[in-house]
Amino acid sequence: MITLSLKEEPPVPLEAEALSPDVVATLRYDEICALPMFLGKRQCRVDDHFVVEGEASDELEIRGDAGRVKWIGRGMTRGRLRIVGNAGMHLGAYMKGGTIEVTGSAGDWAGAEMSGGLIRIGGNAGGQIGAAYRGSRTGMTDGTILIEGSAGLEVGMRMKRGTIAIKGSVKDFAGLEMKGGTLIVGGAELRTGAWMTRGTIVSLTRIPLLPTFAYSGTCNPTFLRLYARQLGTCGFSVPCDASAGAYLLYTGDTAVSDKGEILAWQPHAS
Amino acid sequence: MLRISGGRVYDPANGIQGEVKDICIADGRIVNDVQGAAVRTIPASGMVVFPGGVDVHTHVAGAALNFARGMTPENHRAAAKFIHSPLLRAGTGGITPTTFATGYLYAGMGYTTVNEAAVPILSARHTHEELRDTPIVDKSSCVLMANNEILLDLFEEGETERARDVLAWLIWAAKGYGVKAVNPGGVAAWKWGKDAKVLSDPVHGYGKVTPAIIIAQLAAIVDHLRLPHPLHIHCNNLGVPGNVSTTLETMRVLEGHRAHMAHLQFHAYGGDDWTTLRSEAAAVAEYFNAHPNLTADAGAILFGNSVTITADGPWQHLLYQLTGRKWGNLDVENETGCGIVPYVYKGSNVVNAVQWAVGLELLLLIDDPWRIFLTTDHPNGACFWRYPEVIHLLMDASFRRECLRKLPSRALKRIVLPDVDREYTLSEIATITSAGPARALGMPRKGHLGPGADADVTIYNESPDRGLMFRHPRYVLKGGEVVVEEGDIRKVVDGRELIVRPAYDENIEEYLRPLFEQYYTVAFENYPVEQERLEGADIRELG
Repeated sequence: MITLSLKEEPPVPLEAEALSPDVVATLRYDEICALPMFLGKRQCRVDDHFVVEGEASDELEIRGDAGRVKWIGRGMTRGRLRIVGNAGMHLGAYMKGGTIEVTGSAGDWAGAEMSGGLIRIGGNAGGQIGAAYRGSRTGMTDGTILIEGSAGLEVGMRMKRGTIAIKGSVKDFAGLEMKGGTLIVGGAELRTGAWMTRGTIVSLTRIPLLPTFAYSGTCNPTFLRLYARQLGTCGFSVPCDASAGAYLLYTGDTAVSDKGEILAWQPHAS
Repeated sequence: MLRISGGRVYDPANGIQGEVKDICIADGRIVNDVQGAAVRTIPASGMVVFPGGVDVHTHVAGAALNFARGMTPENHRAAAKFIHSPLLRAGTGGITPTTFATGYLYAGMGYTTVNEAAVPILSARHTHEELRDTPIVDKSSCVLMANNEILLDLFEEGETERARDVLAWLIWAAKGYGVKAVNPGGVAAWKWGKDAKVLSDPVHGYGKVTPAIIIAQLAAIVDHLRLPHPLHIHCNNLGVPGNVSTTLETMRVLEGHRAHMAHLQFHAYGGDDWTTLRSEAAAVAEYFNAHPNLTADAGAILFGNSVTITADGPWQHLLYQLTGRKWGNLDVENETGCGIVPYVYKGSNVVNAVQWAVGLELLLLIDDPWRIFLTTDHPNGACFWRYPEVIHLLMDASFRRECLRKLPSRALKRIVLPDVDREYTLSEIATITSAGPARALGMPRKGHLGPGADADVTIYNESPDRGLMFRHPRYVLKGGEVVVEEGDIRKVVDGRELIVRPAYDENIEEYLRPLFEQYYTVAFENYPVEQERLEGADIRELG
């Protein structure tokens, strides 16, 4: 295992796409120390900011408050990346495989345009989780993002496949222009699912809905049991017991499509 | 002082076709000979020496291109990066490169002069600011006139002389070089949600003016003012199946005048709709070959990502409806419009495959390389830095056949390219990339290597892989300075702007001023680009 301990929190964002198992997997100690990063606009080395231990491994651990360290695990395809502390923006963006685990919180754009792998965030996350970057047509196309806390704006924007599960609540525009995949949230603020053409948004509480979503009955979809069983192993509970309640199904966004669905859990009155 | 010794020189303008000879340079110009110890020698034996490339039709600066840059951040993320260094400014390449990167990429490909082909006068100031930040290459620009409401009103009233003065004033106001006509009348009609599809029908909003009248009037004025570059025309019905009839009719209207037909590939289609679209390059080439008053550029397309940018607003709306992707539309007050649609040309798409073939067919079927030039209508058909791919296709018939095999069989029935065996020679490539466009642009110091010419020289390693050879020149000289060496940019010099000042009656301002107060959002005084803004410009006064 390779361990990188942040010497001190950088004063400006540190762009560190070299911090990925794919990059360090075959490198010797001194090569890892010499990897390039950008502190603001200035190029620097990994050992300018981190104490490096270990070499040649696809298990990478980063310690310290890396909340200003951007692009960790960018495009990684394999291995394990563990961050003990916080992670900055663009964590695991374009990721194709492997696992990222953050014990603290992560910034915006975590898992943006990812196409495989797993990201677990122990704290909160910023906005645009698994989203499409500005101008792109599709966000995440596969993989899983699990967040214990809450998240920000535009979560799952333009996502096409894959799963995002968030225990806490998310802010406005969750599932904006969503094209597929599954987004599970504890709750959401305004305009959830705006312009969604396909895909499923599951909310564990009642949420405000756009007028362009049509109420289409109550149900307890079978597929959610599968999700509940799988996510249960990761500590996420998704209610699916018909004796406890039912999901209110809304279809939309009818401004563009009627194939998207929002499921909001409603427990039976006890 | 500099001597390029022992290279095989291709200088078609001076009748030199692969002769081994020295090229001598002093004070930024080509000279007969240089002597003395201060002479640097570039050993070029075994190499091929060309005059620096001249792009007759490209879109590299201005409001429309900037809008396209802003609309496609996804392309910039994927593009080649230029990292800030003591020599280079930061930027990105890709489909719509940033200004500095544009200069580096053109120079890196051996091009030293570019003509920005569509400048609305209202955004000319912005265009010149961007051109100033486009290093190394020399730059000229064509000013959009064919939908200018002041000019159209004068044509409506038959006031030809006044129109001539207005046009001359407008060129100088924009600090332009030539006159561009885009979809004559069509963009003016677009302001009513209409288009101009028939050359003999009055333009929407006018009683008498037709696209044919606009074309004939503009061509006559350009000739009368003796502008160095003929009327640069983008015909009506661009990209539409069956538009060959419009194109041929436009050429007939232009008889007796000089004209440059822009991106002819987009105007040489037969068929009735998208399912029957076919190549009419042979018909266009036949007419074109018989009419030496015309020049053209290919506007070839290559498969891949592009973003289409044109003043042709109505066409862009149609293209947007076809793609269902992004659409940008700009209205430029009384002058023109602009539309932007990102587009992907696919080899598996029959229409795109026909378009790909038409561009090459025109280049191969038009006999005289002095009248057809290599362009991709950057960034519409493909990015300019992909020109070497087109050169490869032109010089190698077997490579062309290999590419044809990958096209859908339905496309092969609609094109004539499989029957064309012609292969370009190096001398012909030097003509279509440099000597020809320089002559069509009326730039006597560009596109050749005779004494007195600007010392813009490109030196290639000779290679049987023509794509590779033209992608990476060994040396590029601009104004006598070695800017590219061993394939890398080693020195960045500023390029000049080329401007013409046609003669006009100063009193025309008294006619224009009230019109501006009535119709424009810009004060008359603020409209023309100040000459002081263009440092070191090369101004040609026309008597």
